[in-house]
Amino acid sequence: MIFPLKKIKFSFKQILKNYQLYLLIMPTFLYFIIFKYIPMYGVLMAFEDYVPSRGIIGSPWVGLRHFVNFFNSFNFWDLIKNTVYLSVFQLIITFPFPIIIALMLNELTNEKIKKTIQTIIYAPYFISTVVLVGMMYVFLSPSSGIVNKIIEAISGNTIDFFSAPEWFRPLYIISSLWQGTGFGTVIYMAALASVDPQLHEAAIVDGASKLKRIFVIDLPAIMPVIIIQLILAVGNIMNVGFEKTFLMQTPLNLDVSEIIQTYVYKAGLLQAQYSFSTAVGLFNAVINFILLITVNALVKKISETSLW
Amino acid sequence: MFRTKKKNIEDKLFDLISYLFLILFALIILYPLYLIVVASVSDPNMVSNGQVWYFPKGFTLEGYKRIFEDNSILLGYMNTIIYAGLGAIISVAMTVSGAYPLSRKDFYGKNFFMAIFVFTMFFGGGLIPTYLLVKSLGMLDTVWAMVIPGAVSVWNLIITRTFFQTNIPEELREAAFIDGCSDFRYFIKIILPLSKPIISVLALFVIVGQWNGYFDALIYLSNEKKYPLQLVLRNILIQAEPQLGMMIDVDTLAAKLKVRELIKYSAIIVSSVPLLVIYPFIQKYFVKGVMIGSIKG
Repeated sequence: MIFPLKKIKFSFKQILKNYQLYLLIMPTFLYFIIFKYIPMYGVLMAFEDYVPSRGIIGSPWVGLRHFVNFFNSFNFWDLIKNTVYLSVFQLIITFPFPIIIALMLNELTNEKIKKTIQTIIYAPYFISTVVLVGMMYVFLSPSSGIVNKIIEAISGNTIDFFSAPEWFRPLYIISSLWQGTGFGTVIYMAALASVDPQLHEAAIVDGASKLKRIFVIDLPAIMPVIIIQLILAVGNIMNVGFEKTFLMQTPLNLDVSEIIQTYVYKAGLLQAQYSFSTAVGLFNAVINFILLITVNALVKKISETSLW
Repeated sequence: MFRTKKKNIEDKLFDLISYLFLILFALIILYPLYLIVVASVSDPNMVSNGQVWYFPKGFTLEGYKRIFEDNSILLGYMNTIIYAGLGAIISVAMTVSGAYPLSRKDFYGKNFFMAIFVFTMFFGGGLIPTYLLVKSLGMLDTVWAMVIPGAVSVWNLIITRTFFQTNIPEELREAAFIDGCSDFRYFIKIILPLSKPIISVLALFVIVGQWNGYFDALIYLSNEKKYPLQLVLRNILIQAEPQLGMMIDVDTLAAKLKVRELIKYSAIIVSSVPLLVIYPFIQKYFVKGVMIGSIKG
């Protein structure tokens, strides 16, 4: 699906004729070589004790030592667990929600209400992560936050959400639902818009209810889109959002909020353990890559749709 | 007769539930935003006592006054505008000029270029090698670190290529070439003017990204004068540590803490309003962008 291009025959004449096209693409090509491929070469430092002054070629090789150190480190399993838990829960809860919302929105007959709801639910996408987390801090503050005022009125106690490790994942996921659902519906709404209305008309004549039509017409129609989105989401499972996690971290919830990405940042940039941190990042990327390929292969076996 | 009636009731029930559910969901989304606006113009004492729910109480603009007195927010604004503007120009130029050859049927090597680009979607060097590259290019603490390392996204390239393939007929080029037009000339005189929709979509993606992002600034910038708005906000909203040593009197400490809360509400508004105000107007471009991208993956 990503490579729909057909082969063109090689000929010098063709290349000479189009030399200006090569000039046009050159800046972008160089950008990718410099900013994407040179860092890939830089990954080699995961296998050595990188010394900045000696460069990647000159630094001493240590093989897999950094990986072994990482696997044996006391927080290895915590990091894996935190990363996987956070993203799996996030995926299970936030993935179906936009689909349900889109299916419901699609059935609304009052265009005005439909448009208004759409506009409102897209809006949080334009709120920055910093503001989102900032809003959570002000609303959930134990001393002045509105949520705690309600909890206090009901139970007489307050909850210090950002110090309580058990609240980190729920907060992370609820805020994702709040922020991302609306925008997540866009793609499904677009897919639903292309469903042939004649199918619905025929089903109505046969006496099918709306719910029934959603299950036998709408859902199958958008299934390829759902599958593609799911493959991409699963292929990204080890990449939980650094930005939000990092902002939501407090010393007290670190037990559950330290994920591989925040660890790579801290070990690498704050403590300058370049090689070790690169090894951890590489480990993460490799797991992701394997997941993507596996899920794609699995899905390809079960259904017609796949990424490639 | 009975059958259809029963079905109608079922459908009506479905409609009722959908409307209620969706309206409730929209309200849940809207209320926190509304509450921030209300709290930002209310007396901080009443806010922290939990008295402010629907309407502002004890109207005050103290929070906004404090924000505009302190020039770090204004400086952050300025920097973000520079990063967003420059970033949009560089990004759009590189994406459009890179995507156009890929859309041409007679461009030999497009499979090669496409493969080179797409591979980076699935594998990359990671944080440290990228950071060291930016460092060795001497871009740390400069505007360039904010606008160049993330300038082109493969996703945007694919969207743009698809736009060219589906919106610009091959015949147009044939006609222009018969008139003796070169590829460059054709690109500048014909393609670019026809690309306004995709250019605006790309520019919006970049501007919103720059406006809301803080990660690049966090790793590449250490000079506070260059901080974009979001990093300034992060200091106000999340890292705010009251300087206890400077305040002796307990009452003034409490008062200061409350004003600090008020400043937080105002800061949220001041930083989010520009995007939220223009967003209903740009929404359709965003939807268009996502749709162009999804139709032909």
